[in-house]
Amino acid sequence: MEQGLLLAAVLFCIGLGGVLLRRDIIFMLLSIEVMLNAAGLAFIVAGAKWGQADGQVMFIFILTMAAAEVSVGLALIIQMFMKFKSIDTDVASTMNG
Amino acid sequence: MNTLFYIASALAIIATAKTVSSKNAIHALLYLIVSLLAISVIFFIMGAPFAAALEIIIYAGSIMVLFVFVIMMLNLGSAGVRKEDGLFGRHIWVGPSIISIALFLEMLYILIHQSGAPVLMKEVDPATVGKLLFSKYILVVELGAFLLISGIIGAYHIGQKDKVIHHRFLQNENNNS
Repeated sequence: MEQGLLLAAVLFCIGLGGVLLRRDIIFMLLSIEVMLNAAGLAFIVAGAKWGQADGQVMFIFILTMAAAEVSVGLALIIQMFMKFKSIDTDVASTMNG
Repeated sequence: MNTLFYIASALAIIATAKTVSSKNAIHALLYLIVSLLAISVIFFIMGAPFAAALEIIIYAGSIMVLFVFVIMMLNLGSAGVRKEDGLFGRHIWVGPSIISIALFLEMLYILIHQSGAPVLMKEVDPATVGKLLFSKYILVVELGAFLLISGIIGAYHIGQKDKVIHHRFLQNENNNS
């Protein structure tokens, strides 16, 4: 139980570090995937601890959310690449209202 | 069983760290897939076989295919110029292969010693998950359907290219507005 939650926390922190440190937007999206996955792992561990199916149900919802988020995010990356010819986030640092 | 859990979690942490720290996007994807496999083994050990299967099918299957698709579509940097024989160099696939072989051996061990090795916690079978999903959480399932359809439409809308207007009249109207 504790080990599982610890693993989820470590994976989440790796993903968070990835979002904060990387400047490549594809890597930022990958790190967000890692973080979502760690959250799902925490749900599964807690569900297994109590022997209830709720944890797995929540994992399925996280999976749904991740799929929707990734499709929109990748479309945004393609749009950004067409506009700036680069996927570096520093290029897209100005707003245009 | 605890040893298996520790091995799988160490592999998951290594693969995830390599994902975040590697330079090439395709290498990062390979390591992320391996990390998902490791987490799936952990789910299996935890007594959640349905979640383990979903992790492989949806995460490592469809979401990673989306990523590969986009990375190949963008055709980044020197990837197009690079020689093709360099694509299958040893340094690309050795790391992920070693980790996945270790995971495969663990899986074999679990399957062979099934009776002798109790799962870490109580197993929750897919039928229970399905019953709960479509009774208590039915509203959330429908909200998930909303989310997915809006995701599809949003991705289609955002991903389309700028329209090129050939007609003279429409072109003027576009400029005026």
